[in-house]
Amino acid sequence: MTTPLVELRDISIAFGGVQAVDRVTVDLYPGEVVGLLGHNGAGKSTLIKCLSGAYQADSGEIFVDGKKVTINNPRDARAHNIETIYQTLALADNLDAASNLFLGRELTTPLGFVNEAAMEAETRKIMARLNPNFKKFSDPVSALSGGQRQSVAIARAVYFNARILIMDEPTAALGPQETQMVAELIHELKRQGLGIFLIDHDVHQVKTLCDRASVMKNGQLVGTVKVDEVTEDDILGMIILGKQPEKAA
Amino acid sequence: MSDTASASGTQPRRRKLFDMLELDTRFLGMIGAFVLLCIVFNIFTDGRFLTARNIFNLTIQTVSVAIMATGMVFVIVTRHIDLSVGAVLAVSSAVMAVTQTVFLPHYLGLGLEHPLIAPLTMLVGLGVGTIIGAFNGWLIGYQGIPAFIVTLGGFLVWRNAGWYMTSGQTIAPLDSTFLLFGGAEGTLGTTASWIIGLLAAVAAIYGIWNARRSKVAHDFPVKPVWAEVAIGAIAVGAILGFIATLNAYLIPSGKLRRIFEARGEVVPEGYSQGHGLPISVLILIVVAVVMTVVARKTRLGKYIFATGGNPDAAELSGINTRFLTVKVFALMGFLAGLSAIVAQARLQAHSNDIGTLDELRVIAAAVIGGTALSGGIGTIYGAILGALIMQSLQSGMGMVGVDTPFQNIVVGGVLVLAVWIDIQYRKRTGG
Ligand SMILES: Nc1ncnc2c1ncn2[C@@H]1O[C@H](COP(=O)(O)OP(=O)(O)OP(=O)(O)O)[C@@H](O)[C@H]1O
Ligand SMILES: [Mg+2]
Repeated sequence: MTTPLVELRDISIAFGGVQAVDRVTVDLYPGEVVGLLGHNGAGKSTLIKCLSGAYQADSGEIFVDGKKVTINNPRDARAHNIETIYQTLALADNLDAASNLFLGRELTTPLGFVNEAAMEAETRKIMARLNPNFKKFSDPVSALSGGQRQSVAIARAVYFNARILIMDEPTAALGPQETQMVAELIHELKRQGLGIFLIDHDVHQVKTLCDRASVMKNGQLVGTVKVDEVTEDDILGMIILGKQPEKAA
Repeated sequence: MSDTASASGTQPRRRKLFDMLELDTRFLGMIGAFVLLCIVFNIFTDGRFLTARNIFNLTIQTVSVAIMATGMVFVIVTRHIDLSVGAVLAVSSAVMAVTQTVFLPHYLGLGLEHPLIAPLTMLVGLGVGTIIGAFNGWLIGYQGIPAFIVTLGGFLVWRNAGWYMTSGQTIAPLDSTFLLFGGAEGTLGTTASWIIGLLAAVAAIYGIWNARRSKVAHDFPVKPVWAEVAIGAIAVGAILGFIATLNAYLIPSGKLRRIFEARGEVVPEGYSQGHGLPISVLILIVVAVVMTVVARKTRLGKYIFATGGNPDAAELSGINTRFLTVKVFALMGFLAGLSAIVAQARLQAHSNDIGTLDELRVIAAAVIGGTALSGGIGTIYGAILGALIMQSLQSGMGMVGVDTPFQNIVVGGVLVLAVWIDIQYRKRTGG
């Protein structure tokens, strides 16, 4: 294949005594979805936070389009067109959907003031595509259901033409219909050539949505497999036992 | 994600109407409480509370705390606190007093009535406040020291720095141009006040019309026309009524005689002149408008509220929350410097105890005005109304003849009561 869109090489990060991520290497190609799996506390969220700029790795390197980059904060990540849907959603509860969607990247009028009306109009447009039932545009997001909040977080990540999308359990709070919509969205973004890291606990979903899966256990990478070449049980074995399937990729 | 539309027909119609009018019911409640307070005091003072003279005095006494309360809204919204504003006011005041009476006359050779004295002094005062505020913000944002501790320390440091600078002495007389910013000494007169009032009324109507136009342009729901007209009429009535009241307070004949004598004239028979809008109140109005625009229409304001709502989310959205903290505290310091100008000019002297307990009044005003200590919620107009309520309580009780200890007990009780009512209100409305 060509150069990877993004490569995380030998990333390590520790919190106090806990080695949350231990020399993990993963990569992602354009138009590809890579699943990140592992038990609770395996280090998945911590790993991707090094890419999204929330954390700075203790050691290791990040390459975007084959070029080494430094990502010190979320602004750096955004500058490389890396967008993230955090597990915690990272929404300001006291603000409405539009303010959250454009947080840090507000639309402004020629005089430099925040253009609320234009932001709400854009929000209505993208929500009509992602979640047509969504109507609560003027309420603070604290008044939204878990799923509605999640759709705001998803809208924020896809609105700004990301090239690299990180989704940390994006469907955790969604009903079956909405989960299906996110799956379709992932397919569509994939067709547009985005690379997506998808963290998910649902092995079946990973097998249907992802091209490859990287499994972590206790901060270390167990291995990366092509989902077509393994069974669901193989992946489960990797997650639970931390061992590569027999005919490993 | 299926949406339970907020406008579903199951809700009572009154509720629906209220939602549609987008009224700030909490603010309306505060206005109701304020009106009630005024009426009660007016009854107990045999009508002395609601005279033009008392309203004028109440207004100029409120300005200094109200200016700082607008800055405290931002501080509290970002989940911080500033206990040092009274002390920063005092040190700014000390520096300004020394600047105009010692520094400028002796080192730059500008006499006490030189036209440059007032502007230079004010620049220095604003600068001192801003720098101290920025320093506080740096300690809090970049060094991670809790705001409570930084400003508790500043509370002791700055007041006493001012004390040291002036050797504890009261400094007067001050430059007469400078004194115009205190209130009664510097009013705009009736004609200019009417002009400003009319301009403000036009601006209010334009604001309402413009907001509606922008909503219509994007096909958003709008209020019924009668509601917009009613709100506009109330706003215009309030503005012009306020101006009329300030104009109705006549300059006392003795003072009028002195003003005319200064010009080498005599007061004509039967001549009278209203005070009109004090410059200090005009400053407060400008501060209120600017701070409201900052809160609602600028990125800075958005980031302040976002950070208060969820600091992690703000950080993850690329907002530099540390630098934001510096900006918020620098703004607070600037406003404390501005209040120092108004307070010193009103008292016509710098004294050691200037601004004592102001930090508590300012915080109380912001909190009574609906600023939530948990962060993320607060309005500028609420804080100003809060300051007005506090001052009215204090003055009103003074006029009724309540003993000072009881005055303080009541003010303390009202603060706790206001927050309790607020909590109950938020529980019900889910806000
Ligand atoms: N900010 C932090 N401070 C201290 N320890 C942390 C921090 N963040 C994560 N950890 C620790 O690092 C480890 C990895 O956590 P992480 O959140 O990456 O797990 P995860 O794989 O995303 O789990 P889950 O499936 O539950 O989301 C855990 O042991 C966790 O306790
Ligand atoms: Mg996680």
